[in-house]
Amino acid sequence: MNRRNFLKNSLMTAATITTFAGLMIKPKRLYAAWPKASFDITDLNDSINSVYGHNNLNESSEVMLKAPDIAENGAIVPLNVKTKLKNVESIMIFVENNPQPLSSGYNLSSKSVPIVGTRIKMGNTSKVIAAVKSNGKIYTASKEVKVTIGGCGG
Amino acid sequence: MSTIKLRAKESKGVVTVKALIKHPMETGQRKNKKTGEKIPAHFIQQVICKANNDEVITINWGPAVSKNPYLTFAYMGFKGDVVELTWEDNQGNKDSLEGEVK
Amino acid sequence: MKNYFHKFLLVILFINVTAFASPEEDQELFRDHFKNRFPNTEFSDYKNGVYSIDASSREQWESIEDFPPYELNIDQGKELFSQPFKNGNTYATCFENSGIAVRQNYPYFDESTNQVMTLELAINNCRKKNGEKPLSYYKGGPMADISAYMAYTSRGNKFDVKIPNSQEAFDAYEAGKKLYFTKVGQLNFSCADCHVYQTGSKLRADIPSPGIGHSTHFPAYRSGAGRLVTLHERFAGCLNRVRAKPFKAQNEEYRNLEYFISYMSNGLEINGPGSRK
Repeated sequence: MNRRNFLKNSLMTAATITTFAGLMIKPKRLYAAWPKASFDITDLNDSINSVYGHNNLNESSEVMLKAPDIAENGAIVPLNVKTKLKNVESIMIFVENNPQPLSSGYNLSSKSVPIVGTRIKMGNTSKVIAAVKSNGKIYTASKEVKVTIGGCGG
Repeated sequence: MSTIKLRAKESKGVVTVKALIKHPMETGQRKNKKTGEKIPAHFIQQVICKANNDEVITINWGPAVSKNPYLTFAYMGFKGDVVELTWEDNQGNKDSLEGEVK
Repeated sequence: MKNYFHKFLLVILFINVTAFASPEEDQELFRDHFKNRFPNTEFSDYKNGVYSIDASSREQWESIEDFPPYELNIDQGKELFSQPFKNGNTYATCFENSGIAVRQNYPYFDESTNQVMTLELAINNCRKKNGEKPLSYYKGGPMADISAYMAYTSRGNKFDVKIPNSQEAFDAYEAGKKLYFTKVGQLNFSCADCHVYQTGSKLRADIPSPGIGHSTHFPAYRSGAGRLVTLHERFAGCLNRVRAKPFKAQNEEYRNLEYFISYMSNGLEINGPGSRK
Protein backbone atom coordinates (compact mmCIF):
# COMPACT_ATOMS: atom_id res chain seq x y z
CA MET A 1 0.00 0.00 0.00
CA ASN A 2 1.47 3.34 -0.95
CA ARG A 3 1.28 6.42 1.25
CA ARG A 4 -1.59 7.95 -0.68
CA ASN A 5 -3.75 4.90 -0.27
CA PHE A 6 -2.77 4.58 3.35
CA LEU A 7 -3.87 8.11 4.05
CA LYS A 8 -7.09 7.63 2.13
CA ASN A 9 -7.80 4.48 4.04
CA SER A 10 -6.92 6.12 7.33
CA LEU A 11 -9.22 9.01 6.63
CA MET A 12 -12.01 6.72 5.66
CA THR A 13 -11.41 4.62 8.72
CA ALA A 14 -11.34 7.71 10.89
CA ALA A 15 -14.50 8.95 9.28
CA THR A 16 -16.11 5.59 9.77
CA ILE A 17 -14.99 5.41 13.40
CA THR A 18 -16.28 8.93 14.01
CA THR A 19 -19.59 8.08 12.41
CA PHE A 20 -19.97 4.92 14.42
CA ALA A 21 -18.89 6.69 17.55
CA GLY A 22 -21.51 9.32 16.84
CA LEU A 23 -24.14 6.67 16.49
CA MET A 24 -23.08 4.95 19.67
CA ILE A 25 -23.11 8.10 21.79
CA LYS A 26 -26.29 8.00 23.86
CA PRO A 27 -28.75 10.59 22.45
CA LYS A 28 -29.73 13.35 24.89
CA ARG A 29 -33.35 12.23 24.62
CA LEU A 30 -33.81 8.81 26.15
CA TYR A 31 -37.40 8.46 25.04
CA ALA A 32 -38.95 7.62 21.70
CA ALA A 33 -39.76 10.61 19.56
CA TRP A 34 -43.31 11.88 19.36
CA PRO A 35 -45.17 9.53 16.97
CA LYS A 36 -46.24 12.12 14.44
CA ALA A 37 -47.47 9.56 11.91
CA SER A 38 -49.94 8.01 14.35
CA PHE A 39 -51.26 11.39 15.46
CA ASP A 40 -51.87 12.48 11.86
CA ILE A 41 -54.01 9.53 10.84
CA THR A 42 -57.69 10.30 10.29
CA ASP A 43 -59.22 6.82 10.23
CA LEU A 44 -59.73 4.84 13.44
CA ASN A 45 -58.60 1.45 12.15
CA ASP A 46 -55.56 2.91 10.43
CA SER A 47 -54.76 4.76 13.62
CA ILE A 48 -54.89 1.59 15.72
CA ASN A 49 -52.81 -0.23 13.12
CA SER A 50 -50.18 2.48 13.12
CA VAL A 51 -49.80 2.23 16.88
CA TYR A 52 -49.72 -1.55 17.26
CA GLY A 53 -48.89 -2.87 13.81
CA HIS A 54 -52.19 -4.76 13.76
CA ASN A 55 -55.89 -4.43 14.64
CA ASN A 56 -56.36 -7.36 17.01
CA LEU A 57 -58.28 -5.83 19.87
CA ASN A 58 -59.85 -7.85 22.69
CA GLU A 59 -62.73 -6.27 24.53
CA SER A 60 -62.18 -6.87 28.19
CA SER A 61 -64.01 -6.12 31.40
CA GLU A 62 -60.57 -5.83 33.01
CA VAL A 63 -60.22 -2.44 31.34
CA MET A 64 -62.33 0.27 32.98
CA LEU A 65 -63.05 3.43 31.06
CA LYS A 66 -64.80 6.24 32.88
CA ALA A 67 -66.39 8.82 30.59
CA PRO A 68 -69.63 10.79 30.76
CA ASP A 69 -72.74 9.60 28.88
CA ILE A 70 -73.38 13.13 27.69
CA ALA A 71 -70.47 15.57 27.73
CA GLU A 72 -71.52 18.81 29.41
CA ASN A 73 -69.12 20.57 27.07
CA GLY A 74 -67.18 19.03 24.18
CA ALA A 75 -64.20 21.24 24.99
CA ILE A 76 -63.44 19.44 28.23
CA VAL A 77 -64.51 15.81 28.52
CA PRO A 78 -62.99 14.13 31.60
CA LEU A 79 -61.73 10.60 30.91
CA ASN A 80 -60.20 8.02 33.19
CA VAL A 81 -58.75 4.60 32.37
CA LYS A 82 -57.64 1.92 34.77
CA THR A 83 -57.08 -1.79 34.54
CA LYS A 84 -56.44 -4.84 36.69
CA LEU A 85 -54.28 -6.40 33.98
CA LYS A 86 -50.61 -6.93 34.76
CA ASN A 87 -47.46 -5.91 32.88
CA VAL A 88 -49.16 -3.00 31.21
CA GLU A 89 -46.85 -1.45 28.67
CA SER A 90 -49.12 1.29 27.40
CA ILE A 91 -52.58 2.83 27.46
CA MET A 92 -53.95 4.57 24.36
CA ILE A 93 -57.13 6.60 24.07
CA PHE A 94 -58.88 6.77 20.69
CA VAL A 95 -61.87 8.94 19.82
CA GLU A 96 -63.49 7.45 16.74
CA ASN A 97 -65.09 10.57 15.29
CA ASN A 98 -62.40 13.10 16.13
CA PRO A 99 -60.47 14.46 13.12
CA GLN A 100 -57.53 12.36 14.30
CA PRO A 101 -58.72 9.43 16.43
CA LEU A 102 -55.56 9.02 18.50
CA SER A 103 -55.98 11.55 21.31
CA SER A 104 -53.18 10.48 23.63
CA GLY A 105 -50.84 7.63 24.54
CA TYR A 106 -49.38 6.72 27.92
CA ASN A 107 -46.17 4.66 27.93
CA LEU A 108 -45.78 3.07 31.32
CA SER A 109 -42.70 1.84 33.16
CA SER A 110 -42.21 -1.10 35.48
CA LYS A 111 -43.00 1.24 38.39
CA SER A 112 -46.32 2.37 36.94
CA VAL A 113 -49.71 1.56 38.33
CA PRO A 114 -52.01 1.39 35.30
CA ILE A 115 -54.30 4.35 35.96
CA VAL A 116 -54.41 7.43 33.74
CA GLY A 117 -56.75 10.36 33.38
CA THR A 118 -57.03 13.49 31.29
CA ARG A 119 -59.57 15.86 29.71
CA ILE A 120 -60.06 15.91 25.96
CA LYS A 121 -61.83 17.84 23.23
CA MET A 122 -64.53 16.04 21.30
CA GLY A 123 -66.13 17.56 18.24
CA ASN A 124 -68.97 15.09 17.81
CA THR A 125 -70.77 12.26 19.53
CA SER A 126 -68.32 9.41 19.34
CA LYS A 127 -67.18 6.08 20.64
CA VAL A 128 -64.20 6.53 22.96
CA ILE A 129 -61.87 3.53 23.10
CA ALA A 130 -59.33 2.84 25.81
CA ALA A 131 -56.70 0.32 24.69
CA VAL A 132 -54.35 -1.38 27.13
CA LYS A 133 -51.30 -3.32 25.98
CA SER A 134 -50.59 -6.09 28.46
CA ASN A 135 -48.20 -9.00 27.85
CA GLY A 136 -48.16 -8.11 24.18
CA LYS A 137 -51.95 -8.28 23.72
CA ILE A 138 -54.33 -5.35 23.30
CA TYR A 139 -57.39 -5.17 25.56
CA THR A 140 -60.08 -2.54 25.15
CA ALA A 141 -63.09 -0.91 26.72
CA SER A 142 -65.23 1.58 24.90
CA LYS A 143 -68.07 3.95 25.59
CA GLU A 144 -70.19 6.22 23.48
CA VAL A 145 -69.99 9.81 24.65
CA LYS A 146 -72.70 12.11 23.36
CA VAL A 147 -71.69 15.65 22.51
CA THR A 148 -74.41 18.23 22.08
CA ILE A 149 -73.95 21.47 20.22
CA GLY A 150 -76.33 24.37 20.22
CA GLY A 151 -77.02 25.77 23.63
CA CYS A 152 -78.60 29.00 24.66
CA GLY A 153 -75.87 29.67 27.16
CA GLY A 154 -73.42 30.94 24.62
CA MET B 1 -44.27 31.72 37.19
CA SER B 2 -44.35 28.01 36.37
CA THR B 3 -46.85 26.74 33.84
CA ILE B 4 -47.21 23.58 35.89
CA LYS B 5 -49.17 22.88 39.06
CA LEU B 6 -48.27 19.56 40.58
CA ARG B 7 -49.80 17.43 43.33
CA ALA B 8 -48.34 14.10 44.39
CA LYS B 9 -49.79 12.03 47.22
CA GLU B 10 -48.82 8.60 48.47
CA SER B 11 -51.27 6.10 49.89
CA LYS B 12 -50.71 2.40 50.51
CA GLY B 13 -47.57 2.37 48.42
CA VAL B 14 -49.13 4.08 45.41
CA VAL B 15 -48.25 7.64 44.51
CA THR B 16 -50.97 9.45 42.58
CA VAL B 17 -49.68 12.40 40.60
CA LYS B 18 -52.03 15.11 39.34
CA ALA B 19 -50.90 17.97 37.16
CA LEU B 20 -52.48 21.03 35.60
CA ILE B 21 -50.53 22.77 32.86
CA LYS B 22 -51.12 26.23 31.46
CA HIS B 23 -51.13 25.79 27.67
CA PRO B 24 -53.41 26.84 24.78
CA MET B 25 -53.43 23.34 23.18
CA GLU B 26 -54.31 24.97 19.87
CA THR B 27 -55.30 22.38 17.26
CA GLY B 28 -54.31 24.38 14.23
CA GLN B 29 -57.83 24.12 12.83
CA ARG B 30 -59.42 27.16 14.45
CA LYS B 31 -59.61 30.32 12.40
CA ASN B 32 -58.90 33.83 13.57
CA LYS B 33 -62.36 35.43 13.46
CA LYS B 34 -61.02 38.72 12.20
CA THR B 35 -58.49 37.64 9.59
CA GLY B 36 -59.91 34.26 8.59
CA GLU B 37 -56.41 32.78 8.90
CA LYS B 38 -55.91 29.50 10.70
CA ILE B 39 -54.39 29.87 14.15
CA PRO B 40 -51.21 27.77 14.05
CA ALA B 41 -51.14 24.48 15.92
CA HIS B 42 -49.57 24.91 19.34
CA PHE B 43 -49.90 21.96 21.66
CA ILE B 44 -47.92 19.87 24.12
CA GLN B 45 -46.57 16.75 22.46
CA GLN B 46 -44.72 15.03 25.28
CA VAL B 47 -44.92 14.96 29.02
CA ILE B 48 -42.34 13.02 30.94
CA CYS B 49 -42.41 12.26 34.60
CA LYS B 50 -39.53 11.05 36.71
CA ALA B 51 -39.47 9.96 40.32
CA ASN B 52 -36.09 10.26 42.01
CA ASN B 53 -34.57 10.63 38.53
CA ASP B 54 -36.05 7.39 37.23
CA GLU B 55 -38.46 7.70 34.36
CA VAL B 56 -41.93 6.66 35.49
CA ILE B 57 -44.14 7.51 32.49
CA THR B 58 -43.82 9.04 29.04
CA ILE B 59 -46.93 10.59 27.62
CA ASN B 60 -47.64 11.51 24.02
CA TRP B 61 -50.40 14.03 23.48
CA GLY B 62 -52.18 15.23 20.37
CA PRO B 63 -54.02 18.53 19.93
CA ALA B 64 -57.29 16.90 21.07
CA VAL B 65 -56.23 17.21 24.67
CA SER B 66 -58.13 20.11 26.29
CA LYS B 67 -56.75 23.61 26.81
CA ASN B 68 -54.92 24.06 30.12
CA PRO B 69 -54.57 20.31 30.19
CA TYR B 70 -55.00 18.05 33.18
CA LEU B 71 -53.21 14.79 33.74
CA THR B 72 -53.22 12.08 36.34
CA PHE B 73 -51.25 8.84 36.63
CA ALA B 74 -49.85 6.62 39.36
CA TYR B 75 -46.73 4.69 40.27
CA MET B 76 -45.40 2.62 43.14
CA GLY B 77 -43.48 4.95 45.39
CA PHE B 78 -42.94 6.65 48.72
CA LYS B 79 -43.60 9.85 50.60
CA GLY B 80 -40.66 12.12 50.10
CA ASP B 81 -40.02 10.95 46.51
CA VAL B 82 -38.97 13.84 44.30
CA VAL B 83 -41.23 13.91 41.27
CA GLU B 84 -40.19 15.90 38.21
CA LEU B 85 -42.62 16.70 35.42
CA THR B 86 -41.43 18.07 32.07
CA TRP B 87 -43.45 19.02 29.02
CA GLU B 88 -42.41 19.96 25.50
CA ASP B 89 -44.65 21.34 22.77
CA ASN B 90 -44.61 21.30 18.97
CA GLN B 91 -43.04 24.75 18.87
CA GLY B 92 -40.07 23.69 20.97
CA ASN B 93 -41.22 25.29 24.22
CA LYS B 94 -40.57 23.42 27.45
CA ASP B 95 -41.16 23.68 31.14
CA SER B 96 -40.40 21.55 34.12
CA LEU B 97 -41.39 21.40 37.76
CA GLU B 98 -40.28 19.36 40.72
CA GLY B 99 -42.39 18.42 43.66
CA GLU B 100 -42.21 16.27 46.73
CA VAL B 101 -44.60 13.41 47.32
CA LYS B 102 -46.71 14.05 50.42
CA MET C 1 -101.90 24.83 39.84
CA LYS C 2 -99.24 25.64 42.40
CA ASN C 3 -96.89 26.58 39.56
CA TYR C 4 -99.31 29.07 38.13
CA PHE C 5 -99.92 30.57 41.55
CA HIS C 6 -96.25 31.17 41.99
CA LYS C 7 -95.88 32.61 38.53
CA PHE C 8 -98.75 34.91 39.35
CA LEU C 9 -97.07 35.96 42.57
CA LEU C 10 -93.89 36.72 40.69
CA VAL C 11 -95.75 38.83 38.16
CA ILE C 12 -97.22 40.71 41.13
CA LEU C 13 -93.68 41.07 42.43
CA PHE C 14 -92.68 42.68 39.18
CA ILE C 15 -95.72 44.90 38.98
CA ASN C 16 -95.15 46.05 42.53
CA VAL C 17 -92.25 48.23 41.40
CA THR C 18 -93.69 51.31 42.99
CA ALA C 19 -96.02 49.63 45.47
CA PHE C 20 -95.18 48.65 49.00
CA ALA C 21 -93.65 45.17 48.57
CA SER C 22 -90.40 45.18 50.46
CA PRO C 23 -87.19 43.57 49.29
CA GLU C 24 -87.59 41.09 52.14
CA GLU C 25 -90.97 40.05 50.81
CA ASP C 26 -89.57 39.81 47.29
CA GLN C 27 -86.78 37.61 48.56
CA GLU C 28 -89.18 35.26 50.30
CA LEU C 29 -91.42 34.94 47.22
CA PHE C 30 -88.40 34.41 44.99
CA ARG C 31 -87.00 31.66 47.20
CA ASP C 32 -90.36 29.97 47.60
CA HIS C 33 -90.55 29.60 43.86
CA PHE C 34 -87.27 27.68 43.77
CA LYS C 35 -88.12 25.67 46.89
CA ASN C 36 -91.23 24.47 45.11
CA ARG C 37 -89.51 23.81 41.83
CA PHE C 38 -86.57 21.96 43.37
CA PRO C 39 -87.81 20.43 46.61
CA ASN C 40 -84.71 18.22 46.93
CA THR C 41 -82.16 21.00 46.67
CA GLU C 42 -80.61 22.31 49.87
CA PHE C 43 -80.60 26.11 49.97
CA SER C 44 -76.83 26.23 50.51
CA ASP C 45 -76.27 24.22 47.33
CA TYR C 46 -77.69 26.94 45.07
CA LYS C 47 -74.23 28.47 45.04
CA ASN C 48 -73.36 25.66 42.64
CA GLY C 49 -75.82 26.82 40.03
CA VAL C 50 -76.98 24.23 37.54
CA TYR C 51 -74.98 21.56 39.35
CA SER C 52 -77.36 21.88 42.29
CA ILE C 53 -80.18 20.65 40.05
CA ASP C 54 -78.59 18.29 37.48
CA ALA C 55 -76.77 15.13 38.56
CA SER C 56 -75.11 14.21 35.26
CA SER C 57 -73.38 17.53 34.68
CA ARG C 58 -72.58 17.71 38.41
CA GLU C 59 -70.47 14.58 38.17
CA GLN C 60 -68.37 16.02 35.34
CA TRP C 61 -68.11 19.34 37.16
CA GLU C 62 -66.87 17.59 40.32
CA SER C 63 -64.24 15.84 38.23
CA ILE C 64 -63.03 19.16 36.87
CA GLU C 65 -63.19 20.87 40.28
CA ASP C 66 -60.79 18.21 41.60
CA PHE C 67 -58.06 20.18 39.82
CA PRO C 68 -59.74 23.08 38.07
CA PRO C 69 -58.05 25.19 35.36
CA TYR C 70 -58.87 28.40 37.26
CA GLU C 71 -56.16 27.54 39.80
CA LEU C 72 -53.72 28.92 37.25
CA ASN C 73 -55.72 32.18 37.25
CA ILE C 74 -55.81 32.39 41.03
CA ASP C 75 -52.00 32.16 41.14
CA GLN C 76 -51.75 34.84 38.49
CA GLY C 77 -54.33 36.98 40.30
CA LYS C 78 -52.43 36.75 43.57
CA GLU C 79 -49.29 37.95 41.86
CA LEU C 80 -51.10 40.84 40.17
CA PHE C 81 -52.86 41.79 43.40
CA SER C 82 -49.58 41.97 45.27
CA GLN C 83 -47.73 43.96 42.63
CA PRO C 84 -47.37 47.63 43.65
CA PHE C 85 -48.58 50.42 41.39
CA LYS C 86 -46.07 52.85 39.90
CA ASN C 87 -46.62 55.10 42.90
CA GLY C 88 -45.73 52.35 45.35
CA ASN C 89 -49.25 51.71 46.70
CA THR C 90 -50.97 48.35 46.37
CA TYR C 91 -54.57 47.19 45.97
CA ALA C 92 -54.53 46.36 49.69
CA THR C 93 -54.60 50.08 50.50
CA CYS C 94 -57.98 50.51 48.75
CA PHE C 95 -59.87 47.79 50.55
CA GLU C 96 -61.00 46.80 54.01
CA ASN C 97 -58.91 44.02 55.53
CA SER C 98 -56.24 44.66 52.85
CA GLY C 99 -58.60 43.25 50.24
CA ILE C 100 -58.55 39.73 51.65
CA ALA C 101 -61.84 37.92 52.29
CA VAL C 102 -64.00 40.89 51.21
CA ARG C 103 -65.88 39.57 48.16
CA GLN C 104 -69.11 39.06 50.10
CA ASN C 105 -69.20 42.79 50.95
CA TYR C 106 -69.96 43.63 47.31
CA PRO C 107 -72.11 44.90 45.82
CA TYR C 108 -73.17 47.53 48.32
CA PHE C 109 -75.06 50.75 47.99
CA ASP C 110 -72.65 53.63 48.31
CA GLU C 111 -74.63 56.38 50.00
CA SER C 112 -71.98 59.01 49.30
CA THR C 113 -72.40 58.63 45.53
CA ASN C 114 -75.89 57.05 45.53
CA GLN C 115 -74.63 54.30 43.28
CA VAL C 116 -74.17 50.57 43.59
CA MET C 117 -70.52 49.70 44.06
CA THR C 118 -69.33 46.34 42.77
CA LEU C 119 -66.01 44.66 43.50
CA GLU C 120 -64.69 44.94 39.96
CA LEU C 121 -65.61 48.62 39.73
CA ALA C 122 -63.84 49.09 43.05
CA ILE C 123 -60.74 47.41 41.60
CA ASN C 124 -60.68 49.84 38.70
CA ASN C 125 -61.44 52.80 40.98
CA CYS C 126 -58.44 51.76 43.03
CA ARG C 127 -56.30 51.80 39.90
CA LYS C 128 -57.64 55.19 38.87
CA LYS C 129 -56.97 56.61 42.33
CA ASN C 130 -53.37 55.44 41.99
CA GLY C 131 -52.73 56.74 38.50
CA GLU C 132 -53.11 53.44 36.67
CA LYS C 133 -55.15 52.68 33.55
CA PRO C 134 -58.39 50.73 34.01
CA LEU C 135 -58.49 47.02 33.22
CA SER C 136 -60.97 45.53 30.76
CA TYR C 137 -63.90 43.52 32.13
CA TYR C 138 -63.98 41.41 29.00
CA LYS C 139 -62.08 38.43 27.64
CA GLY C 140 -60.42 37.34 30.88
CA GLY C 141 -57.10 39.00 31.52
CA PRO C 142 -55.82 40.74 34.66
CA MET C 143 -59.20 42.06 35.90
CA ALA C 144 -60.68 38.58 35.90
CA ASP C 145 -57.54 37.14 37.51
CA ILE C 146 -57.54 39.69 40.34
CA SER C 147 -61.29 39.28 40.81
CA ALA C 148 -60.82 35.50 40.92
CA TYR C 149 -58.10 35.79 43.54
CA MET C 150 -60.21 38.11 45.70
CA ALA C 151 -63.20 35.76 45.37
CA TYR C 152 -61.01 32.81 46.29
CA THR C 153 -59.78 34.43 49.51
CA SER C 154 -63.43 35.02 50.43
CA ARG C 155 -64.67 31.48 49.95
CA GLY C 156 -67.07 30.38 52.61
CA ASN C 157 -68.16 33.91 53.58
CA LYS C 158 -71.85 34.55 53.04
CA PHE C 159 -73.56 37.28 51.09
CA ASP C 160 -75.34 39.76 53.37
CA VAL C 161 -76.24 42.50 50.93
CA LYS C 162 -77.97 45.38 52.64
CA ILE C 163 -80.43 47.86 51.21
CA PRO C 164 -80.09 51.04 53.25
CA ASN C 165 -83.23 52.85 54.25
CA SER C 166 -83.08 55.47 51.49
CA GLN C 167 -85.17 56.10 48.40
CA GLU C 168 -82.05 55.97 46.22
CA ALA C 169 -81.02 52.56 47.50
CA PHE C 170 -84.52 51.21 47.10
CA ASP C 171 -84.68 52.64 43.57
CA ALA C 172 -81.41 50.95 42.61
CA TYR C 173 -82.67 47.61 43.91
CA GLU C 174 -85.99 48.07 42.09
CA ALA C 175 -84.21 49.02 38.86
CA GLY C 176 -82.22 45.79 39.05
CA LYS C 177 -85.34 43.81 39.76
CA LYS C 178 -87.16 45.46 36.87
CA LEU C 179 -84.41 44.63 34.40
CA TYR C 180 -84.43 41.04 35.65
CA PHE C 181 -88.10 40.64 34.81
CA THR C 182 -88.20 42.70 31.60
CA LYS C 183 -88.39 40.87 28.29
CA VAL C 184 -85.73 42.13 25.89
CA GLY C 185 -84.24 41.42 22.51
CA GLN C 186 -85.49 39.81 19.34
CA LEU C 187 -86.14 36.60 21.23
CA ASN C 188 -88.10 38.58 23.81
CA PHE C 189 -86.70 36.87 26.90
CA SER C 190 -86.15 38.22 30.37
CA CYS C 191 -83.57 36.86 32.82
CA ALA C 192 -86.56 35.43 34.68
CA ASP C 193 -87.81 33.52 31.65
CA CYS C 194 -84.78 31.26 31.73
CA HIS C 195 -83.61 31.45 35.31
CA VAL C 196 -86.93 31.51 37.12
CA TYR C 197 -89.68 30.02 34.95
CA GLN C 198 -87.59 27.63 32.86
CA THR C 199 -84.83 26.75 35.27
CA GLY C 200 -84.32 23.01 35.27
CA SER C 201 -85.90 22.57 31.84
CA LYS C 202 -83.89 21.81 28.73
CA LEU C 203 -83.39 24.82 26.50
CA ARG C 204 -81.74 23.25 23.45
CA ALA C 205 -78.53 21.77 24.83
CA ASP C 206 -78.58 23.79 28.05
CA ILE C 207 -80.31 23.65 31.38
CA PRO C 208 -80.86 27.18 32.72
CA SER C 209 -79.51 27.53 36.23
CA PRO C 210 -81.69 28.79 39.10
CA GLY C 211 -81.80 32.54 39.77
CA ILE C 212 -80.50 32.17 43.32
CA GLY C 213 -76.75 31.88 43.62
CA HIS C 214 -75.63 33.38 40.33
CA SER C 215 -73.18 35.89 41.67
CA THR C 216 -71.56 33.66 44.30
CA HIS C 217 -69.25 31.88 41.88
CA PHE C 218 -68.06 34.53 39.46
CA PRO C 219 -65.75 35.11 37.74
CA ALA C 220 -66.37 31.74 36.13
CA TYR C 221 -63.85 29.68 34.19
CA ARG C 222 -65.94 28.70 31.21
CA SER C 223 -64.53 25.65 29.46
CA GLY C 224 -66.18 26.60 26.17
CA ALA C 225 -64.37 29.93 26.19
CA GLY C 226 -61.25 28.38 27.78
CA ARG C 227 -60.87 31.32 30.15
CA LEU C 228 -62.37 33.32 33.00
CA VAL C 229 -65.54 35.31 32.33
CA THR C 230 -66.59 38.16 34.63
CA LEU C 231 -70.19 38.53 35.81
CA HIS C 232 -70.90 41.58 33.67
CA GLU C 233 -69.35 39.96 30.61
CA ARG C 234 -71.77 37.10 31.27
CA PHE C 235 -74.72 39.52 31.52
CA ALA C 236 -73.65 40.92 28.14
CA GLY C 237 -73.34 37.39 26.76
CA CYS C 238 -76.87 36.53 27.86
CA LEU C 239 -78.29 39.71 26.32
CA ASN C 240 -76.44 38.93 23.10
CA ARG C 241 -77.96 35.48 23.11
CA VAL C 242 -81.50 36.84 23.19
CA ARG C 243 -80.42 39.28 20.49
CA ALA C 244 -80.64 42.37 22.60
CA LYS C 245 -78.03 45.08 22.61
CA PRO C 246 -75.97 44.53 25.75
CA PHE C 247 -75.08 47.30 28.18
CA LYS C 248 -71.44 48.04 28.91
CA ALA C 249 -69.86 46.15 31.75
CA GLN C 250 -70.10 48.04 35.06
CA ASN C 251 -72.75 50.41 33.69
CA GLU C 252 -75.42 51.46 36.16
CA GLU C 253 -77.94 48.97 34.71
CA TYR C 254 -75.66 45.98 35.30
CA ARG C 255 -74.59 47.16 38.72
CA ASN C 256 -78.23 47.45 39.75
CA LEU C 257 -78.89 44.01 38.30
CA GLU C 258 -75.96 42.60 40.26
CA TYR C 259 -77.37 44.32 43.37
CA PHE C 260 -80.73 42.62 42.90
CA ILE C 261 -79.41 39.13 42.19
CA SER C 262 -76.89 39.28 45.00
CA TYR C 263 -79.55 40.40 47.47
CA MET C 264 -81.61 37.39 46.36
CA SER C 265 -78.53 35.24 47.13
CA ASN C 266 -78.10 36.50 50.70
CA GLY C 267 -77.10 33.68 52.99
CA LEU C 268 -75.23 31.80 50.26
CA GLU C 269 -71.48 31.32 50.45
CA ILE C 270 -68.99 32.88 48.09
CA ASN C 271 -67.46 30.06 46.05
CA GLY C 272 -65.77 31.84 43.19
CA PRO C 273 -64.09 31.37 40.89
CA GLY C 274 -66.23 28.51 39.59
CA SER C 275 -65.89 26.08 36.69
CA ARG C 276 -68.70 26.19 34.21
CA LYS C 277 -69.28 24.91 30.66
